[in-house]
Amino acid sequence: MLDRMHILICGGTECKETNSLKIRDKFNTELERLNLGKDIKTILTGCFGLCALGPHVVIYPGETLYSGVKLEDVTEIVEQHIANGKPVERLLYKGDFNRKKFRNRSELTFFARQKRIALRNCGVINPLEITEYIARQGYEALGTVLKTMTPLQVIEEVKKSGLRGRGGGGFPTGVKWEFANRQISDQKYVICNADEGDPGAFMDRAVLEGDPHSVLEAMAICGYAIGANTGYIYIRAEYPVAVERLQLAIGHAEALGLLGDNIFDSGFNFKIELRLGAGAFVCGEETALIASIEGERGMPRNKPPFPAVKGLFGKPTNVNNVETFANVPVIFLKGADWFKSIGTEKSSGTKVFALGGKIANTGLLEIPMGTTLREVIYEIGGGIPNKREFKAVQTGGPSGGCITAASLDTPIDFDNLIALGSMMGSGGMIIMDEDNCMVDVARFYLEFTVDESCGKCTPCREGTKRMLDILNRICDGQGTMEDLDVLERLGNMIKDSSLCGLGQTAPNPVLSTLKHFRKEYEAHVIDKVCPAGVCKNLTTYVVTDECIGCTKCAKNCPVGAIEGTVKGKHYIHPEQCIKCGACKTACPVNAISTKPENWEGV
Amino acid sequence: MKTLEELKALRKKSYEKMYMIGVTGGVRVQVGYGTCGIAAGAKPVYDTFVNEIKALNLDNVEVTQVGCMGECAFEPIVEILESNGSKTIYCLVTDRIASEIVEEHIVKGNRIDKYLLSKTKR
Repeated sequence: MLDRMHILICGGTECKETNSLKIRDKFNTELERLNLGKDIKTILTGCFGLCALGPHVVIYPGETLYSGVKLEDVTEIVEQHIANGKPVERLLYKGDFNRKKFRNRSELTFFARQKRIALRNCGVINPLEITEYIARQGYEALGTVLKTMTPLQVIEEVKKSGLRGRGGGGFPTGVKWEFANRQISDQKYVICNADEGDPGAFMDRAVLEGDPHSVLEAMAICGYAIGANTGYIYIRAEYPVAVERLQLAIGHAEALGLLGDNIFDSGFNFKIELRLGAGAFVCGEETALIASIEGERGMPRNKPPFPAVKGLFGKPTNVNNVETFANVPVIFLKGADWFKSIGTEKSSGTKVFALGGKIANTGLLEIPMGTTLREVIYEIGGGIPNKREFKAVQTGGPSGGCITAASLDTPIDFDNLIALGSMMGSGGMIIMDEDNCMVDVARFYLEFTVDESCGKCTPCREGTKRMLDILNRICDGQGTMEDLDVLERLGNMIKDSSLCGLGQTAPNPVLSTLKHFRKEYEAHVIDKVCPAGVCKNLTTYVVTDECIGCTKCAKNCPVGAIEGTVKGKHYIHPEQCIKCGACKTACPVNAISTKPENWEGV
Repeated sequence: MKTLEELKALRKKSYEKMYMIGVTGGVRVQVGYGTCGIAAGAKPVYDTFVNEIKALNLDNVEVTQVGCMGECAFEPIVEILESNGSKTIYCLVTDRIASEIVEEHIVKGNRIDKYLLSKTKR
């Protein structure tokens, strides 16, 4: 993950005031001057927390901390410390610095770059104890809302915050609440959509497991705002830990009178029940979800009427995602203006992402909207392991698309991702490196949607299946150039003629890989080669001239297909090779290639 | 719960308990107990902490489970919070390492650097 050395410069507001940007530029020019620019990276970080003594510079390895660095000190640091390895004693920070911030490097790169709103309590409180949630201002938002605000004021505040639905669509939450509020009915419902189904996404699970009360509190606030007295949480049965904790949390809240009848003596009643889903992906679509709660088969229906008008049991219903709800109490504790100040103009607040795939820090992170993909992947995520090249990042799960290296500096928000041909989705982010075959990736997602299509609309049911057949053919080396055109035509047709989001987005992984990685498809079709070495029928492993003759590949080959002498270039016998890739994994210098000659990448 | 004042009083009490306000030598052991933690073996770790701390009669030490911290790749993660404000994050903890943490860190007060999250990460 590290280059030879890293120079971290505090880029917090305070330190920026004291020139940290100029200091970074000076570091860069000094490094260039000594020809060290390639090996040593300068990074502007978030606030180190010792603002009074800034600007700070930390040099890795060794975690040397310099404080109060002036522009004229930079040359000395570069020449003495970086070129000769001797720290500049004069500038070293003296004193007992905060352990949390400085002894744990991860605190700097992984946690410090994050802004945790929805995950504010995850990993901090004991989710089994309501008192710990209360210790962190839990249920104060609900109390304040019930005691001091009218439903319309609540809606106005949510609208002002600019909160948009975190389940994928990005619809303004306040507007949604307003629709439901306007309906006149004897009964209304609030539903929390916890049917998280994207492969590789686990944001909602983390919130429900780590901080179930925040969702309950927000549902009650929503109930008050729209005039509902019953809430349902639709959660998949595959999340047993989350289900158990939610049940416990509901019990605790009821025992304290924070749910149930006459909450805070305001005359407002609200109860919450769980409904377990059987894990059908389509049930994440709100009308299918409602059908499933009603006991019907989970299938979407035409909109309008929207659920806000005619939802669960025919009554006005408001459906929001887990993460959306988790943001709500904070808006009332800190104010809509505060929330609006985070993120970008049209996408305020933060977004939780589940980082997966070829990334050092697999896990969960929450960043302000507007953070770039590069920051997420290389700084917070820790970069690509095993010295591989970054190839693409897939966002939005089976509904989204791939974003290539060329777009890494795009700030993440709802609109930018759509403009790139992908989408925010619920927040799964899968990183792919040069060893991922994009045709195979598209095939993987399509297999998923073929399984999960509910079958109501023919184009989605049959069309995705046909697309999958074509992809299978291409991966087997039987594809033709005509197939690529058919894929495109079929994909666009399915998008246009499906009822719900599943069908409307199912072709996206194929269409976006076709757009960005057409060369790779063509290699499969024309040259009958899979450059990433994933499609077995189309893969040949060869040893390149970078081989140092360490014999590791030969030792690791399970069938003894590799021949070679110590310090001599090795050779793979193609007729014996079973294409397992063990040699490629074992090679310390990345000298085993599956790429065809003259392959220029995509 | 009828008034905001009641809630705030409960908050104050819970806050003081959780952050060990006014307790000298208090320690809070947080074991990551989300699905990722459980899958990585948080249960034996949690049990080890509970049993050893009980066996040693350490009254000021509280063992608690928390949700996912986000570093799923390094679970089981154990965070040690002390009433003096210091925080230490250990990762890839096993029941054996858990006993070691109790013995070295909690009883003797020596941080075990080799298990720190910051030292383990690539």
